[in-house]
Amino acid sequence: MKVSREELLHIAKLANLNLKEEEIDTYLIHLQDILNFANIVNSAPVDGLNEAIGANDTYNVFRKDEVKVFENNEALLQNAPEKERNMFKIPKVIQ
Amino acid sequence: MDITKLTVHEIQEKLKSKELTITQITKAYVENIENKEKDVQAFITPLKKEALKQAEEIQKKVEKKEITNSLAGIPIGIKDNICTKGLKTTCASKMLENFVAPYDATVMEKINNENMINLGKLNMDEFAMGGSTEYSYFQKTRNPWDLNRVPGGSSGGSAAAVAANMVPWALGSDTGGSIRQPASFCGVVGLKPTYGLVSRYGLVAFASSLDQIGPITKDVQDSAILLNVIAGHDEKDTTSVKKEKIDYTKALKNDVKGLKIGIPKEYFGEGINAEVKQSLEEAIETYKKLGATVEEFSLNIADYALATYYIIACAEASSNLGRFDGIRYGYRAENYENLKELYRNSRSEGFGPEVKRRIILGTYVLSSGYYDAYYKKAQQVRTLVKEEFDKAFEKYDVLLTPTAPTVAFEIGTRSNNPLEMYLADICTVSVNIAGLPAISIPCGIDSQGMPIGMQLIGNKFQEETILNSAYTYEQNCRVRDVSKSDKMSH
Repeated sequence: MKVSREELLHIAKLANLNLKEEEIDTYLIHLQDILNFANIVNSAPVDGLNEAIGANDTYNVFRKDEVKVFENNEALLQNAPEKERNMFKIPKVIQ
Repeated sequence: MDITKLTVHEIQEKLKSKELTITQITKAYVENIENKEKDVQAFITPLKKEALKQAEEIQKKVEKKEITNSLAGIPIGIKDNICTKGLKTTCASKMLENFVAPYDATVMEKINNENMINLGKLNMDEFAMGGSTEYSYFQKTRNPWDLNRVPGGSSGGSAAAVAANMVPWALGSDTGGSIRQPASFCGVVGLKPTYGLVSRYGLVAFASSLDQIGPITKDVQDSAILLNVIAGHDEKDTTSVKKEKIDYTKALKNDVKGLKIGIPKEYFGEGINAEVKQSLEEAIETYKKLGATVEEFSLNIADYALATYYIIACAEASSNLGRFDGIRYGYRAENYENLKELYRNSRSEGFGPEVKRRIILGTYVLSSGYYDAYYKKAQQVRTLVKEEFDKAFEKYDVLLTPTAPTVAFEIGTRSNNPLEMYLADICTVSVNIAGLPAISIPCGIDSQGMPIGMQLIGNKFQEETILNSAYTYEQNCRVRDVSKSDKMSH
């Protein structure tokens, strides 16, 4: 499958990434190379096989829905680039 | 006696006989870090002062018999994608350059409960994406055997620090070979446990269905000892498996009589370096002499598994790394007009090129129109790979392959060609796809003086079998004694 420039830009947008002009060219080549190789999965003998979502059998893991308080709010907030009182601060989203 | 050349079990004996003290040991390592770190560049955050202080405290408590466990005061190094409370955990990324973990990973709680001493956080490829540690945002770690070569990756800092005797052992993480390949490149022992044996809580996620934490050590016995510490069910990781606790050191019997070893011939074909192949063939002969039965068979999944690995790992990474948005933690861009721009600019400036490449690939294979052709197909291939391994383990106890197609390569020779770098993971990734345990141990040294690694793959939760197989080889071949000459002695 051939990847177009427009497609790459669309994907970058979905991934929340900006690409510079020179990055677009390199990533196009790399992505194409890797996809050409990855295409081999389409010739694998997998007819009738289920999709595996992990290495082990999947089963639900339940626990009681109990509140456990994480005491150290300070430690959580210390990594925030911008904060106010005990809140994360973001740019205004409502015009 | 050079303390730093001892294995952990040797240190334990000397502590027990009071030939050495905890402070002496930590001091020896700190001195070694001071001597060698400028060349090797294995650490992102060394903790020299903290380690010395901790050593004194633990020494006192041991003297007062307040602490009695046999690993108390043993130093360790930790890969920098494992959360360490109150300490920086950077994942070797600009994105997390200043991130201080608010909690300990479960493995760190276990390490701390043993009163072990953290000598520092070790370098890696950014977010564990790479096979040479050249993709670290901070520095390129060098291979202690030849400073012009890479230590492998992504746990390159961990493997190099163990090989250079800057730490007695270390924790790494392995998503597609990131413990085993650097162990092979640096002539040390690296174990990737069965998926679910070790808790991933507090390991910064790259590909959640593939990641496992494991030990990088000087010998197999140390590997078993450290696995004893970190293995076990954890309710904080829903993929961790409930199993009875095993003492892995008891599996080390120095006996492989009757062991059935399968040699998947596809792993010895084209692309495998001739000297690597020869060294592996000698190892196979050794196993035969030791009483194992060895048989060649076909496991024709390597190429499929590699393609599947890059599809699944990148898909999961693109989702896992969505959390880095410049809001709650991590890098935030200086310039932005609105929230959307804040996200995009922070991510574009905070992630390095390889991480962005993998996020883009992952987003692509998950996107509408390509999901069926790539991601869904890869998941089916995953079933195929698992079934092929199941068939193999009906006949064999252990599968033996090279860990990597070549020895450590020179710095800068592959980092511009991502596909070539990916193809070098051919021997290791299928193990992660199937969730199996595998160990890499040194099995020889090539004509350039670089170590060669052998990989032993076991069936699920058969760590005891691969540890004993590795141990028996090691006890009878003593590759480490040759390598002990230690290229990094000043």
